[in-house]
Amino acid sequence: MKLLVCISKTPDTTSKISFTNGGKDFNAEGIQYIMNPYDEWYALVRAIELKEKHGGTVTAINVGDASNEIVIRKALAIGADDAIRVDVNPANALQTADEIAAHAAGYDIIFTGKETIDYNGSEVGAMLAEMLDLPYISYINKLEVEGDVKTLSREIEGGIETVSVSGPLVVSAAKGLAEQRIPNMQGIMMSKRKPLTVVASASGLKGSEVTLHQMPPAKSGVKMIDANDMDALVKLLHEEAKVI
Amino acid sequence: MSILIAIEPVNGTLNKGSFELTSYAKMLATKTGQEVNALVLGSSNNTSQLGKYGADKVYTIENANLDVFDSQVYATVIAEAAGKLGCSTVLVRHTANGKAILGRLAVKLKADSVSGVNSVPDTQAGFTVTKSVYSGKAIATFALSTENKVLSLMGNAVQPQELGTDVTPQVLDITVPSPRLTLVNRQTDTGHVPLPEAEKVVSAGRGMKGPENWGIVEDLATALGATTACSRPVADTGWRPHHEHVGQTGVAIRPNLYIAIGISGAIQHLAGVNNSKTIVVINKDPEAPFFKAADYGVLGDLFEVVPKLTEAIKRFKEKA
Repeated sequence: MKLLVCISKTPDTTSKISFTNGGKDFNAEGIQYIMNPYDEWYALVRAIELKEKHGGTVTAINVGDASNEIVIRKALAIGADDAIRVDVNPANALQTADEIAAHAAGYDIIFTGKETIDYNGSEVGAMLAEMLDLPYISYINKLEVEGDVKTLSREIEGGIETVSVSGPLVVSAAKGLAEQRIPNMQGIMMSKRKPLTVVASASGLKGSEVTLHQMPPAKSGVKMIDANDMDALVKLLHEEAKVI
Repeated sequence: MSILIAIEPVNGTLNKGSFELTSYAKMLATKTGQEVNALVLGSSNNTSQLGKYGADKVYTIENANLDVFDSQVYATVIAEAAGKLGCSTVLVRHTANGKAILGRLAVKLKADSVSGVNSVPDTQAGFTVTKSVYSGKAIATFALSTENKVLSLMGNAVQPQELGTDVTPQVLDITVPSPRLTLVNRQTDTGHVPLPEAEKVVSAGRGMKGPENWGIVEDLATALGATTACSRPVADTGWRPHHEHVGQTGVAIRPNLYIAIGISGAIQHLAGVNNSKTIVVINKDPEAPFFKAADYGVLGDLFEVVPKLTEAIKRFKEKA
């Protein structure tokens, strides 16, 4: 089985976020970057598990500049066999999907995370599937393969759905699909020798553009309520907050 | 050119989210002088109400090929309807299914897209719209410059408003392609509001000391009509199921009321809940970082505070 995992670099979950250039650009100073958790913990690990069970290869693909190689090497250390980096910083999901689509032919399953933790868009998987004319199943928390048939479960509004599909497809991975794996020393050593191919940008698509970032309005401060007077809290929730 | 909204019945009925999308579309249409066309994919018992919430015209498509959700089939039908009805702006809901449709529509319609928008677009100069980014730590403004535009609307971002009168639905004649997916089974759970759509959420963390103590959390949730949730350590130790985990790597929520019980408020947890309108924190540790993000705080032993709050809610409901 040939498996492709789309990985993204995002600010660490604990990062303090700020912007420069009048709110247009992200301030990268002092930011620790990580592999997007949904890509790493669920998509990549499930792909590796399937390879371990059924044989095949796992390729990681990333769209971004050379500074992204830290997360690509981590994917190789966790267990991907090889990697592709498209050497361009994409402006949006459309450009990202278009760059990946140029290298995504011939894979049995293409994995994305359910969203990145920076723009929380959840768009790349669906765009990629449309560009490649493949089925797309989002937010999966279970994926089993038997021969050519893939059986997948996902949480939907008002329930849980299980579907099956034959042939290649694109999925987005949510919690429950796999468990996080910490790379071991051997994996880290081997990752340095695994092939990482750098390719040039092939996309001419533009897509939407972020023109401004603002911080959300600050909370006005916590109002402390006497632990023995829950009627007072209920009154505030009803009259002041108007939520009950 | 008009606006098209794609409406998907859930278990045979249109829920609040569908009416939110309809009112949102009408607010945009009022600014731009457009018409709102609602396309209902599947059968529902309250389709005509879409008019009341702002749809000018309501179209339905019922076809067995829509019984399994195949995003490719849905996107094909919606794109064709947009063409047929002369719609350049297509809006979907930011649900698991809506997100799977949005990206496909963007490609199909050569449209700029923004997912999870939380405000009515500004159309005075161009077309800009905002959404919450970095897991609620910032708000970004996006500019869309293509003729066609597609957006998905975050749940609970606007409230449904009665902006019109009931409209009689018409059947739209569109060929529905065969799905490539096969439905194996669907477990429906009509009594339970899923976390991303919940208006009230009661959530608990390690302060609960063990899964056997969750009764007081469930009692409070029942009294309020709330959905239960939990913090990551609680889900990871198996005290509660994974689908209840709210936070950066679990489910992101934006209810009107979020009550956090025995949760310290790590930044990853806050990232998943800080879009909640009102946050109540119950904790015995005065240094718990969650108090800084709260609207109301109760410092005390949760095993005493929570049952008292449940009783107070019950007294309030009896009076109301």
